[in-house]
Amino acid sequence: MTDLRVCHLYPEHLNIYADRGNIAVLRARCRWRGIGFAAIACGPGDPLPDADLYYVGGGQDRDQLLIEDDLVGRAANLRAAIDDGAWMLAVCGGYQMLGHYYRGHQGDEMRGTGLVDLVTEAGPTRMIGNISIDCELRPGQPLTVVGFENHAGRTRLGEGVRPLGRVLHGHGNNGRDGGEGAHAGRIVGTYIHGPLLPKNPALADLLIAEALGRRHGTVALEPLDDRLEGMAHDAALAIAAG
Amino acid sequence: MTAFTAKVVAARAAAGLSRRTRAGGGTTLPGKLLLRMAPDAIERMTARLAGGSVVISATNGKTTTAKMLAALLEPERRLCRNTAGANLESGVASALLHCHGADLGVFEVDEAALPGVATRLEPRATVLGNLFRDQLDRYGELEAIAARWQRMTAALPAGSLLVRNGDDPLVASLSNPGETLTFGIDHEGAALAEMPHASDSKWCPACGTRLRYERVYLGHLGDWSCPGCGRRRPPLDVWADALDPLGLDGTRFVLRTPLGDADVELPLPGLYNVYNALAATAAACAVGGVDVARMAQGLERFDAAFGRFERLRIGDRDAVLLLAKNPAGANELIRTLATDSRPKQLLVALNDLIADGRDVSWIWDVDFELLAGHVQGVVTAGTRAAEMAMRLKYGGVGGDRLEVAGSIEAGLDRALAGGEGPVYLLGTYTAMLELRAVLARRGVVRPYWEAA
Repeated sequence: MTDLRVCHLYPEHLNIYADRGNIAVLRARCRWRGIGFAAIACGPGDPLPDADLYYVGGGQDRDQLLIEDDLVGRAANLRAAIDDGAWMLAVCGGYQMLGHYYRGHQGDEMRGTGLVDLVTEAGPTRMIGNISIDCELRPGQPLTVVGFENHAGRTRLGEGVRPLGRVLHGHGNNGRDGGEGAHAGRIVGTYIHGPLLPKNPALADLLIAEALGRRHGTVALEPLDDRLEGMAHDAALAIAAG
Repeated sequence: MTAFTAKVVAARAAAGLSRRTRAGGGTTLPGKLLLRMAPDAIERMTARLAGGSVVISATNGKTTTAKMLAALLEPERRLCRNTAGANLESGVASALLHCHGADLGVFEVDEAALPGVATRLEPRATVLGNLFRDQLDRYGELEAIAARWQRMTAALPAGSLLVRNGDDPLVASLSNPGETLTFGIDHEGAALAEMPHASDSKWCPACGTRLRYERVYLGHLGDWSCPGCGRRRPPLDVWADALDPLGLDGTRFVLRTPLGDADVELPLPGLYNVYNALAATAAACAVGGVDVARMAQGLERFDAAFGRFERLRIGDRDAVLLLAKNPAGANELIRTLATDSRPKQLLVALNDLIADGRDVSWIWDVDFELLAGHVQGVVTAGTRAAEMAMRLKYGGVGGDRLEVAGSIEAGLDRALAGGEGPVYLLGTYTAMLELRAVLARRGVVRPYWEAA
């Protein structure tokens, strides 16, 4: 049976913006199609499970500090898993920790995994509000992604790292260059929560299909009744536009 | 007339005008005006309250706690209160404007506004109930609020009492120079089998070690201790034991206080209301002059505050108003609802205006799954009606009886028209205001500023 294995990194620590909603959506959209689904929690000290998709969410500063060493220590294993075909989705704080470091407002520094060439430095104000972006994770398949952002960090991408998308309404990575998130190979990072996947079913399906590809080759996903998802997406898009 | 008195008169006139022009209840505007004219107005007016004042803050339950405390103290004490959730500085100032003859202030204060208000009021007692994750887009993180509260409590005058919830690790860790009264629950039968998902404070506020819970009662509230630094729940001065839930009708428990014990049948359901009752009782102990029999009586005669399990009759149907503003509060409502096995209709009205919190991701931290199979029909409404319906769909609630209404009024009518049994009307803050406005137009409830 076709099945998807998702590893949820630090679900006890990094869950500030209802990150479990993202996992719930992946689970439901697999099960509705008869695709097996397993979410495996991975906390500090646990061995890194074999998975098709690694998910990491965001936490309060204190919670992120508690897992900093553990996550940084996993960088090589995560890199190996991604090179082996796994995908990674990182949201908010998890996105910042994809980079080299996060520098706080008082100059305090939190290390990241360096899986993606990016750095984040806190600004004087938080960038908060509804956000919408245009993205093209798969060439030729443009998507609009909607949600909410709430971050003090200003993220700058290294040369050669593409943003996940272009901001239509909202702040994005740093409020200046119009980019939001990062997309590097099989790694996707974004500030967009809400949670990210429920209102963006096309993005959820794209990640499911790509991650399934690691062990099951090309999988065609049956369409689902996404009327409510579509209405929620469109309403959020209109609200973001003001 | 002194210059200050003239400003007070002008601000009072603004209250009348605001009410007559239907701009609202006049619950904040006069205070805003007064504070603009006289920035020290709160300090000056509070000096007239011979008994000083009590401030109450918490993420959840401050309105109910303040109302309960009033029920314990009135009519023996003449209170000055901000009654309508107008709980910023302007609301307190507005309340003080209309407090002729009052001798004690009882103010519920917004968590973020508390340090500023407390500095101005120099309260004789500060009652702190709980800190849950709520509207992060507005308040920032929990730790930041706890840190601001600690700076505030540390600076309280020596004669000022701190009344704190011992079961909440963040609140229990607050300290003050004066006396402290700690309240909580102490009853094995009331404990949950495991820690709920939406628990917000699992880590020791002092050393970051994962807390160990002997018992968890609600969210992260319980009998906690830290294996890392040895901190633990402080000894309780006021507590409830022998809890006996009476479904949606309330909870029976034994109230233990330094003044003696009493059996209480609280007419509000849910453990969170037991916490509110304990906070109010502990505050009444701090104020003094009330014996324990009188406290029990006050609690037993209590009416629900705005939208907190308020029962109504709409036409020929029973309805219950439920204010849901954050995951911890909403989870308790859902858990209580799931104990009612009768067929029922549900309206969930989700708005995302500033007072609701613009970020609606919290609905995914609410265990709506518990309602699967418990409701006949579900209607959603509000600015995020479709999103709410989608959340319920992923939770397996409603199935093909899930409807999205175009407005809150239409949603109310759809919910009232469907199925049988009571209609539960669950809404976020502004959705609840809108719902109440609709009901008021139909003669069902009084406008909120008239309800005391």
